Amino acid sequence: MDAQPLLELTGATVYFGADAALDGVDFRLFPGEVHSLMGENGAGKSTLIKAITGALPLSAGVLRLDGQVVRFGSPHDAQEVGVRSVYQEIDLLPNLSVAENISLGVEPRRFGMIDWRQMRDRAGDVLADLGLDIDPASVLGRHSLAVQQLVAIARAISTDVRVLVLDEPTSSLDTDECAELFRIIEDLKQRGVAIIFVSHFLDQVYEISDRVTVLRDGKLVGEYLTRELLRIDLVQAMLGRSAESLRTRPRLRVADGSSEEPFLSARAVTVGSRISGADIDLMEGEVLGVAGLLGSGRTELARALTGIDRLDGGIIRIQGSDEPIGNPRAAISLGVVYSSENRRTEGIVGELSVQENITLALQAERGVLRRISPARQRELAMSWIDALDIRPPDPDRPAGTLSGGNQQKVLLARLLALSPRLLVLDEPTRGIDVGAKVEVQNLVGELADNGLSVMFISAELEEVLRVGNRVAILLDGRVVDTVPSDDLTPDALTALVARPEPVG
Amino acid sequence: MNASTVTATRETVSRHTRTFLDRHASLMPTFAAVLIFAVLLIGAQIHFGTFLTPLNMSALLLDNAYLVILAVGMTFVIVTGGIDLSVGSVMALTGIWCADLLASGHSAAVVVPLIILAGAAIGLLIGVLVQYFDVQPFIASLAGLFLARGLAFVVSLDSIRVENESVLWLQTTRWRLGEWYITPTGVLALSVALIGAFVMQFTRFGRTVYAVGGNEQSARLMGLDVARTKVAVYVISGVCAGLAGLVLTAYSGAGYPRNGIGTELDVIAAVVIGGTLLTGGTGYVLGSLIGVLVFGTIKTVISFMGAEQAWTRIIIGLMLLMFIVVQRAIVVRAERRR
Repeated sequence: MDAQPLLELTGATVYFGADAALDGVDFRLFPGEVHSLMGENGAGKSTLIKAITGALPLSAGVLRLDGQVVRFGSPHDAQEVGVRSVYQEIDLLPNLSVAENISLGVEPRRFGMIDWRQMRDRAGDVLADLGLDIDPASVLGRHSLAVQQLVAIARAISTDVRVLVLDEPTSSLDTDECAELFRIIEDLKQRGVAIIFVSHFLDQVYEISDRVTVLRDGKLVGEYLTRELLRIDLVQAMLGRSAESLRTRPRLRVADGSSEEPFLSARAVTVGSRISGADIDLMEGEVLGVAGLLGSGRTELARALTGIDRLDGGIIRIQGSDEPIGNPRAAISLGVVYSSENRRTEGIVGELSVQENITLALQAERGVLRRISPARQRELAMSWIDALDIRPPDPDRPAGTLSGGNQQKVLLARLLALSPRLLVLDEPTRGIDVGAKVEVQNLVGELADNGLSVMFISAELEEVLRVGNRVAILLDGRVVDTVPSDDLTPDALTALVARPEPVG
Repeated sequence: MNASTVTATRETVSRHTRTFLDRHASLMPTFAAVLIFAVLLIGAQIHFGTFLTPLNMSALLLDNAYLVILAVGMTFVIVTGGIDLSVGSVMALTGIWCADLLASGHSAAVVVPLIILAGAAIGLLIGVLVQYFDVQPFIASLAGLFLARGLAFVVSLDSIRVENESVLWLQTTRWRLGEWYITPTGVLALSVALIGAFVMQFTRFGRTVYAVGGNEQSARLMGLDVARTKVAVYVISGVCAGLAGLVLTAYSGAGYPRNGIGTELDVIAAVVIGGTLLTGGTGYVLGSLIGVLVFGTIKTVISFMGAEQAWTRIIIGLMLLMFIVVQRAIVVRAERRR
């Protein structure tokens, strides 16, 4: 590779507060190549992308485009020179038309007025290019997520694009749509567009990309040619140690369900179109991992089992009693508690102290009239801070100032204070650093050893496999299989989860 | 053969309905407002027999001209997802200041631009608070409300009569067509509404207003100038409030510092009834015009009946509640579809 890179980033550093989300990373991108950016959640992929597309300023480091040093103050600056991006969460405007979403900011105008007819025609051309047959004048919000994703791509390629960033573009697409997207990517490649491709699906990375850059904890691990990199090496580069050394705790072998009565047993649970006919069994002291792609119904399943969302069908038995769980309160009184994936918005109360956060749920459970005495609160908080090793061990500190991993522990403490029998954890390790992840994972193991049942949901398959005794595989809202995790390897699980059609 | 033609026609019709809905679902609340307006007018005509007269209809626009102007500005703000509670007070301030300056002998050519600038300045203040100091629009515009009301009392505690001819001309002139008439204030209000509708529909700025209301973060990532747009909508609302102050002063022939107490709420009600979503992203200036006319018609009907004007508030309140529930239902359904 002696050609000049189209885009070159050297020593890129981005600070969020005192933490470096990106630390001295070098990255280069050649015209006409597809370059995958790999790393676990929180490795700094999104930060790197945002730095390239001008959505975040670099704290240090230099960005060169065509050898020229550039500084993007805003996404607009980056778009001006042909650096465009399609983000993981679709960042379009559901209240405007498809055509507007494609050309907003560069609308065709006549005498200063928006030329709606030309805008529709132009959008129609781009959509036809993508093989998408929809009415450009229709409102975007009325289309499916997959179509919206393709519209986002249409927007990105509607102008003179030189660098195209695709952040998890396939997470809401089915196989046919994926194939269509890959055809479009090949086409853009031929035109000399440089593409940064981010995906959790290793298969797709190997199928489409020419080179791979791996990040871990905000640092660069290395840059590899895809065809020279073995999968196992890629995974190890991402995780930073061999898969074996990660097995932190010998798992207890749970007796095969035949003899024992399960703590929770759900049959044919159906919620709208998101969950259909799901069967789940959870033994006492068992960790059940839940693996599935985004949109497979992971969170919906958790919400259904914990009484947050009403069931449209099916039955949930807890310890053999089939009293319906109508609301979270009822679930809590049966010993079933839920920790949301949205830690910031649905979990931690950042302004309240650690102590208040820990005692919140218990106080709510007892009602306002039976106040927990301050001394008892302090005792409770201190014991949990101690037990879960929450740092800093200061119960009066506002919970919002703790690191992500410690916030997660505070949340766990809050739920554990209720003395639950079943803990449903939705993405408990999302966005926390690797060390804290392992701590949370070990904690889950210890809890299970003490007889608590845990349902552990995570987008990181490898983690699900490591923590769970068994893994329930979710596909389009159905539990297609439940497999003992000792029988699975990460690759095998990936294959199961990404399987386009369930095997009869 | 015949049956298949019928089926085909039916299919075409349903396809057209679908296309229309896909394109213009957000117009439905505004259609509902038009429908309510028509029902009100026809109902009142049947009941009173003398309601739909040219004189009465002309007065409807005349009496509510200032509300129309305020509603146009408010629509811009609400479509971005904000709110402007200051408009009633700003209208009072610019009205009393206008009367005061005119009474002390200044020419209308100086006074009118000055008071509109004053409105713009308060709007700018609110916009800067909202955008750069991250203050909730509700709080920022509440501060604007108190500031403007206080300044109005600083200008004068009592009402000041206006004798300036060019200002009174705005109100006393009647351009007639048969029994219909329109005053310059009415023309002003309609022009503001038309210009507002044009800006919203056909300029990049207007579309950015919708984009900000749809999703501010996305709009920013798309490279749109979110900051400027958000400040600008409050300035527009301030300018409209300044203009409304002029119109109200001309209408009542005097400036009064207690004018427009609670008017901001009437304006918000009219805008919502006209089909603008309080959550932002959807709304039409011409819908707000209809909203004001619905509001005005209810007021007229109540006075025709000789009932307490309090009933206007009660009916508007109920109607508002109904609209918000319907809007909420639409939003929830839209979210379900995803």
